Amino acid sequence: MSFPIPDLVPAIPEMFVLAMACTILVVDLFLKDDRRDVTYGLTQFTLFGALVLTWIVHVPEARVTFSGSFIADPLSDTLKSFIYVIAAGVFLYSRPYLKERGLFKGEYYVLGLFAVLGMLVMVSAYSFVTLYLGLELLSLCLYALVAFDRDSGRASEAAMKYFILGALASGMLLYGMSFLYGLSGSLEIPVVAEYLIANAGQFSVPLTFALVFVVVGLAFKLGAVPFHMWVPDVYHGAPTPVTLLIGSAPKIAGFAIIMRLLADGLGAMHADWQGMLVLLAVLSLAVGNLIAIAQTNIKRMLAYSTISHVGFLLLGILAGTQEGYAAALFYTVTYAIMAMGGFGMIILLSRQGFEAENLDDFKGLNERNPWLAFMMLLLMFSMAGVPPTVGFYAKLMVLQAVVQIGMTWLAVYAVIFSIVGAFYYLRVVKLMYFDKPADEPLPVRGLDVTVVMSVNGLLMVVLGIFPGILMSIAALAVGP
Amino acid sequence: MSFQLAMFYIFSAILVGAAAAMITVRNPVHAALCLVLAFFTSAALWIMMEAEFLGIVLVLVYVGAVMVLFLFVVMMLDVNIARLREGFIRFLPVGALVAAAMAVVMIMVVGARHFRIEPPAPAATDVGNTEMLGRLIYTEYVYPFELAAVILLVAIVAAITLTLRRRPGTRHIDPAEQVKVKREDRIRIVKMEAEKK
Amino acid sequence: MTESLMTFWNELPVLIQILVKIVALLLPLMGTVAYYTLAERKIIGYMQVRLGPNRVGPRGALQPIADALKLVFKEIIIPSNASRLLFLSAPVLAFAPALAAWAVVPFDDGMVLADINAGLLYILALTSLGVYGVIIAGWASNSKYALLGAMRSAAQIVSYEIAMGFALVGVLMASGSLNLGEIVNAQGGGFWNWFIVWLFPLFLVYVISGVAETNRSPFDVVEGESEIVAGFHVEYSGMAFAVFFLAEYANMILISALTALLFLGGWLSPLQGILPDAAFSLPVIGWLLDSGIHWLLIKTAFFMFAFLWYRATFPRYRYDQIMRLGWKVLIPVTIVWIFVEGVLVALKIGPWSA
Repeated sequence: MSFPIPDLVPAIPEMFVLAMACTILVVDLFLKDDRRDVTYGLTQFTLFGALVLTWIVHVPEARVTFSGSFIADPLSDTLKSFIYVIAAGVFLYSRPYLKERGLFKGEYYVLGLFAVLGMLVMVSAYSFVTLYLGLELLSLCLYALVAFDRDSGRASEAAMKYFILGALASGMLLYGMSFLYGLSGSLEIPVVAEYLIANAGQFSVPLTFALVFVVVGLAFKLGAVPFHMWVPDVYHGAPTPVTLLIGSAPKIAGFAIIMRLLADGLGAMHADWQGMLVLLAVLSLAVGNLIAIAQTNIKRMLAYSTISHVGFLLLGILAGTQEGYAAALFYTVTYAIMAMGGFGMIILLSRQGFEAENLDDFKGLNERNPWLAFMMLLLMFSMAGVPPTVGFYAKLMVLQAVVQIGMTWLAVYAVIFSIVGAFYYLRVVKLMYFDKPADEPLPVRGLDVTVVMSVNGLLMVVLGIFPGILMSIAALAVGP
Repeated sequence: MSFQLAMFYIFSAILVGAAAAMITVRNPVHAALCLVLAFFTSAALWIMMEAEFLGIVLVLVYVGAVMVLFLFVVMMLDVNIARLREGFIRFLPVGALVAAAMAVVMIMVVGARHFRIEPPAPAATDVGNTEMLGRLIYTEYVYPFELAAVILLVAIVAAITLTLRRRPGTRHIDPAEQVKVKREDRIRIVKMEAEKK
Repeated sequence: MTESLMTFWNELPVLIQILVKIVALLLPLMGTVAYYTLAERKIIGYMQVRLGPNRVGPRGALQPIADALKLVFKEIIIPSNASRLLFLSAPVLAFAPALAAWAVVPFDDGMVLADINAGLLYILALTSLGVYGVIIAGWASNSKYALLGAMRSAAQIVSYEIAMGFALVGVLMASGSLNLGEIVNAQGGGFWNWFIVWLFPLFLVYVISGVAETNRSPFDVVEGESEIVAGFHVEYSGMAFAVFFLAEYANMILISALTALLFLGGWLSPLQGILPDAAFSLPVIGWLLDSGIHWLLIKTAFFMFAFLWYRATFPRYRYDQIMRLGWKVLIPVTIVWIFVEGVLVALKIGPWSA
């Protein structure tokens, strides 16, 4: 009996991450509490190694392996690289916070790495089964991480909500996928796409039915209105490092599965899902921006801002053109970096026994630490889309893509709500620069965190002045 | 009606009955047992479809292990079912309406006529489907299979992370320590001068 | 004569044929169970330097029958507030899997009631069902001792099933089949090809978890007479109690027979490959020396004896020790040995290399 060995080379980064995660799991067992930094170092090494490996095995053409369930193409390699970098930033920001709260445990890093693995699998998924398994791997790690601080009732509640709604969403997605399987007879995305092209113009009712379930499942996972109920509670309830993790890198993976499922798999049904995405985007922009104004807790505010950013992301995708996809990728990456900076700032300002999660805690930050205040200013400007920050270009490109397909009204609508959104971002700036500080000393932070935060903030301007770098990467990744 | 068809209807009737009973009976332990019965009959149905591996594994894993632990928990927890049922009658009309609407939609939209369903070809007699499944899992589906393994690993790590903790101050008893105790650990003989009058 | 019998047999409806086969299997089994109880009391008696039952019949030979009659005529008491239906169905649920598992046990080449492909899985599934009898009995009795016994049983059986399953995975890897007949035939050629030689750690694990699965001493915390009086069946009396008793002994015999089949070459003669072929063609003696059902019975009897031996020898495990043994010792041992076996198979060392 001989087994055909699949081509393992394209999957080397995933295998490396898996092997290292298992190694860290075991190594961590034998470490004393004061040597926990070794775990952290190994985790960062894993991400760095995976980044290097990804580009060592990279080839410009798409490679499909494991009997059509895995694909490595420029899109996947680009997205994976962003995931590594952002995850590394997340781990770096979280370390002081975890240490101060007695949460500095190996499991945070092990689960975090498995979550990264889940994202990698999603990014490289080329069949429904792999896509679903990657999504579940990621979600399972995130559920556990949200409940990670076991003494916090709010975290447990958030974890329960996240788990139940996440399971529901997975069920929806799976149900839709099973319909597609029943109709097309295959789980592989290209085969389903071929089936749809062959049957173009005469889609049966169950197909639309399946599409609805798939879109609803995706919308749930992304947190688009009206499936956004879990987002504020989870962002608010989870320990801030976990919020940081949930809010940043998974959005890139989410973009990837939308690309694989809707653009690659169900591309022939573009006309059908475009309408659904328009509805989701319109609602997300309105609800996200309007409710964010009423928030006094910055974690909740950023959660609602996430919802509105998801609206923008969907705008890029619903265009259905290469420009649209590239713009959406640009937007997603930009958003992930901005969110990382935003939540990272909360961590930087928090200290033992005190969470800088209320807007009032940012009062007079300029007097207490002008540099950090400036970084936060850049991040907020970028989220609001003020030129010349990168957030402006991200919004601009998405809007261009929408205008190109003739949906000018949608672009105008998006601009109006961006302006509404600018209000609450600029309010943070106002608090930092024009209000009197409360007499609380800022915690002293290590050099690594400060440097990365500076890079993170300055990146907003640098990429804003030279958007061409990121844009050409995005265009290359999405392909001709 | 052939023998097989008769068996199919018998098993299906039991399955549907058990499933209905599971969500309607008052006692959680009875509900869990009804679920066991439902699993068992669906395993029988699978075996009738020549999917003997799946059928037996359903019994082995779900009935033999998962449901045992489930019962374990239900028996330990002593769920107060009356409180859970308070809203049942009140929401029944709305629920029934939604369910009926869903059922109508499903029946209209989802029918066998849309799907490429061919009756499965009779399996080759020389190779059991256990072996076939094994081959497929380790060749064509090796990637999803390994991913499922990783998910299970994560589930273990997550469960242990969330439950295992050393709480100071609990009166935890370690029988092994108790057994090891020697007389010297418990009793100290103090030599004292006899008290003077 | 034989021919006309065969034609008569073939003329019978299939259902009758199956029923006759089942009866032919179960009657001897029930007889063995009955006399196994006597053997237990006698053997443990001798081990403890006493006589054991010796009043009913010659040297106590009719004792099991007397016991059975006594139990049949006893009243079955159903405790107040017990869940009546479950209380009464629990003994049946314990007994049925113990009997049903025998369907796939071969006694000789081809001598099996149901020659199914996934026989080993079927056995594993059915032995895992036996726990329901215990759990339901414990819960339905509405008694705290019974419930405690049931809880212990649930945890114990689920834990040891994993080790047992892994041990069987090793057997499956070695034989390349789940069919019990083929597993035995894969061990042919001489006793050095028996799996006990190559899978000795798995054999130990299987025997230990077999004892634990049947809730026998030294793993009998489920009954734990001295702790929780009789555990799950404390409220049972009369025939309902007897059925639990039968199930336990039927399970012990089943595990013994399986150990013989899976690790000791079943009906294969240990003299295979040692004696010249001519020895097997001798009248009578040749039949005795050659492979056949009698070898299976001898091997099974040995393990049945071993069950009694453990009971007379070992003190009862403490509950946490049982859990530790199962999870931290047996499961790692099986995993390591499966890995070793995988390497051996890949390097083509051992009887499975062909």
